[in-house]
Amino acid sequence: MEIIQVNELSKKAYQIRKLTLELLCEAKSGHTGGSLSEADILSVLYFSKMNIDPAKPDWEDRDRFILSKGHACPALYATLALKGYFPLESLSTLRKLGSKLQGHPDMKRTLGIDISTGSLGQGLSAGLGMALASRLLKKQNRIYVLLGCGELQEGQVWEAAMAAAHYKAANLTAIIDYNRLQIDGSNSEVMELSPLADKWRSFGWKVIEIDGHNIEQIVNAFEEAKQTVDCPSVIIAKTVKGKGVSFIENQVGWHGRVPTKEELAKALIELDERMKTL
Amino acid sequence: MASGLTYTMLDATKLSTSEIYGAVLCELGEKHPDIVGFSADLAKSTKIGLFQKKFPDRFFNVGIAEQNMFGIAAGMAKAGLTPFVSTFAIFATMRALDQVHTDICYQNLNVKIIATHGGLSFGQAGSTHHCTEDLSIMRSMANCQVIVPADGIETANAVEAAYYTPGPIYIRINRGFDRRFYDRAEYGFKIGKAVKLTEGTDITIIACGSCVYQAVEAANILANADGIKARVLDMHTIKPIDKEAILEAVHDTRRIITVEDHNVIGGLGSAVAEVIAGSGKGCAFERLGIPDTFSIIGLHEDLMAYYKIDTNGILECARELLGRDFEADDDWEDEV
Repeated sequence: MEIIQVNELSKKAYQIRKLTLELLCEAKSGHTGGSLSEADILSVLYFSKMNIDPAKPDWEDRDRFILSKGHACPALYATLALKGYFPLESLSTLRKLGSKLQGHPDMKRTLGIDISTGSLGQGLSAGLGMALASRLLKKQNRIYVLLGCGELQEGQVWEAAMAAAHYKAANLTAIIDYNRLQIDGSNSEVMELSPLADKWRSFGWKVIEIDGHNIEQIVNAFEEAKQTVDCPSVIIAKTVKGKGVSFIENQVGWHGRVPTKEELAKALIELDERMKTL
Repeated sequence: MASGLTYTMLDATKLSTSEIYGAVLCELGEKHPDIVGFSADLAKSTKIGLFQKKFPDRFFNVGIAEQNMFGIAAGMAKAGLTPFVSTFAIFATMRALDQVHTDICYQNLNVKIIATHGGLSFGQAGSTHHCTEDLSIMRSMANCQVIVPADGIETANAVEAAYYTPGPIYIRINRGFDRRFYDRAEYGFKIGKAVKLTEGTDITIIACGSCVYQAVEAANILANADGIKARVLDMHTIKPIDKEAILEAVHDTRRIITVEDHNVIGGLGSAVAEVIAGSGKGCAFERLGIPDTFSIIGLHEDLMAYYKIDTNGILECARELLGRDFEADDDWEDEV
């Protein structure tokens, strides 16, 4: 992969982060940590991997993306706006009275959202339904589902994992934003997830473990998933919650709080500086 | 129904209600390749297995995992297919309620939930398999229509109508055989429109599901033994409820009994009460159903007798209601 393309995708991820923090600050509530940790993954999906067209959001043959960790939608809204699904200015309506941009994504209200989410643990089932429908309808598209690590504690995820392997849904790719923190603490303190790769492997999935902030690894992982034809794939992306802003990184408290104006200013300076080093 | 389903009255006498459902779904599936079927290891019990046999590539037995099943169905509906999902009523409306609520009703997806073993019809299996809360639950799901057919023929009509009606629909049928009530399919079934089964001016009995047969039996006895003219409405659609038929009954008979195989809270009786209360018109009113309790076990017909939602229970209630002192109102004629 060319350096220049990697840098472009990294830059997009930083833009996603900056927009995310701005709109969260404006909304005065929302989920910061998990939005920042998934930014690089969203950048690669929306600006490199997914076969989509913002001018035709209902195009039948498009790839689908499900944000199963629906609370981390600020970063998705920023991504969709950058991609051209709706104007950047509308991002400032997040969480406001009657806004199309809810605190958890609503496909009936927001262009580019393939399924509404918010109740954790449900996205993989919906994604499997889409994957099986694509097979029945003889379509070549791919279905991507991004899950949080905490939501893997929901039993339904494993029902879906078992079923996806049973149906050999190779057109389905799950990505786990494995930042290892959830509302009440670390995964280990709340409910241990490891050995995570072994769990998925034993369920019959192709497991690809990567650094979720390394653009090249993310790109290659999606390619490897695409080449896997006999089973679904899961990309376990090790990430840092709050990635990109030093005072937000790895802080449990930043799961559901937003930056003040002063914190935002500080964060934007840091993100700009990091961007310059690309 | 106009589409010419080929099941016959002969079939209807031989088949259980869910077998008729399975047969109708097979006929619909023949004509409509967008129909897909789902069950959670209850394909045989719910009879959606008939569809599975005919269209193995379009059927998904997801194992004993109802939550996942409704999620997959939602994804398929979003991709343009029309899922029919069958499991027991108690699992569809409680085990997987979050998925039914968030994945299907909230997103107004075109998923048809055909739930079997409703009410007390799984009698001897015990209270974990009775389902006397589903109508209350499903009625409060925005976007969702709720239908309780009276017998196999009405089930056939409801299932067919559900296919042609976009959006989520919950159809509740019983386990096993229902007493056949309708003798032909062409009686003008329409979602949201009650069927007037007997004319009457003294009292109206509004029933759904297995209680419809009992209500008509009670009306016959009232006519023959008591000289009382009871109107019976088959209120097969609990939501949207037929307000017009209810208000007409209030006006014409001033006495209404509702009867359902469901908790008296939140189902047919509550839906009718809401319409009456909202109209501001006076009416003597009783709800028959399961009296806000977890049911005892027994055969379905014995349980219906025990909870007084059978012919005798309806008779007793009707006679009591007719004996009540009821204040006349000179302005009744002005109210319609």
